[in-house]
Formats: sequence, C-alpha cells, structure tokens
Amino acid sequence: MKTAYALIFMTIVVIFMFYAITTLHPMGSPLHSEMDDYFIKNAQIEVGTNNVVTSIVFDYRGFDTLGEATVLFIAVISVVSLFRGVKKDEE
Amino acid sequence: MKSDMSTVVRTITDFIFGFIIVFGIYIIIHGHLTPGGGFQGGAVVASGFALFFVAFTHDFNRKKPQKLYGMFESIGLIIFILLAFFGIYKTFFYNFLANSGSLFGMTIRPGINPGYFNTGGVVPLMNMAVGFEVACGLSLIVYLLYRGEKKDREDSESE
Repeated sequence: MKTAYALIFMTIVVIFMFYAITTLHPMGSPLHSEMDDYFIKNAQIEVGTNNVVTSIVFDYRGFDTLGEATVLFIAVISVVSLFRGVKKDEE
Repeated sequence: MKSDMSTVVRTITDFIFGFIIVFGIYIIIHGHLTPGGGFQGGAVVASGFALFFVAFTHDFNRKKPQKLYGMFESIGLIIFILLAFFGIYKTFFYNFLANSGSLFGMTIRPGINPGYFNTGGVVPLMNMAVGFEVACGLSLIVYLLYRGEKKDREDSESE
C-alpha cells in the first residue's frame, strides 16, 4: 500500500516537473538583460580585469564574497571545535 | 609508527605534490585574467595538501600544523576585509586601485587584449587573500578529519 502511494506521489511530481520544463524560458534569451549588458560592456573599463566573472565576484558583489569567506571560516571553526577531544587524548 | 600507504603512493606524492601546489598558485594569481580565482585555486592547493596528509601519515605525531593553518587562515580573511575597508572613502569594497596607474592599476583597452598581469586593482590582491584563506582552511579541515579517523581506527584495533 505504501509503495502504491509513493508511486502515485512520484508520478505526480514527475508530471509537474516535465510540465515545468515545457514552460521554461528558452536558454540564452533572458527576459531582463540590462544588468548582463552593463557588466559585459563596462567591467573591463571600470575594473580592468579580463575575467568579467571575477570582477563581479570581487568588485561589484564583494559583500557576497565576504559572506562566502565567512561561511568557510565558520565551517573550519566548527570542525576544529568538533575535534578538540582528539588532541586531548593524544597528549 | 609506519605509514599505511605503499611506496608507490609515497613516491608519486613526492613527485606530483609540487606541481599541484604550483598549479593552484597559478590559478590564484591569474584569477583576474583566466577562469578560476581564489576559491578554486585554494581548493586545488588544499587537494595537494590532502594527498600529502594521506600519503605521509607517520609525520602526524611529530609535526602539529593546525595552529599554523588556523593562523594563516585568519590572516587571509583579515587581509581581505582590510582591502575592502581601504576603499571606505567611497564605499565598502570600492576598487581604489583600478585604473590608478600604480600597483595593479594599468588601464586596458576594452575588448580582446593579450591579458596584462598588472591590471584589476584590488581584485588580484583579494584573490590572493581569499586563496590563502581557502587553501589553509580546507587543509585544516582535511587534516583534522583524517587525524580523527586515524585515531578512531587505532583505538578499535587496540581493543
């Protein structure tokens, strides 16, 4: 009985996903391209980097990168605090 | 204590370790010209250190690099935030070195160009700081996880 429910639920989800695929916007023609056009046109002039992605990550959206680095830092802190007991056992 | 890994693994690690580190550093310092950047290059460097830890386990009890890694990771993050603060006279994260003519401040012709290294303002410096931080942080995670796993295995063997 449980398998039948799971199958029915699964079929509904798959049907909805395929429906969503058919209504997706075509790849390569976004609805709002003002931001992309600005970056492609002005990133080399304003920042001077050839790699536009890096200029967005480290200049236009620096706060995002700061958050990313902080997340990694917190992950390292949590791993260090998790393995503190191991060090005490060794000594 | 003897290493778990065979001579083949240790010899290949000896040979390939330097190349992995150099490739990671190349990705970091050319982050403003070629695909990649601080995060990706730092992950490459950390993968080299992971290989080193797995191959040379017998060095664990003599050297304790976790304090060094933690310190360098903090230094990388502090440099990154300081670089962001240096542009505070306009905004936080203002690129005060770009097109200034000084360090990393060369003005380039937009469009296709050969890719001059001396460009990008604070972007290459931030790449280096973040790459430093990511390399040391991920190496520290790998080191601690592998040491904990090894300790666990030895405990279960001795019981």
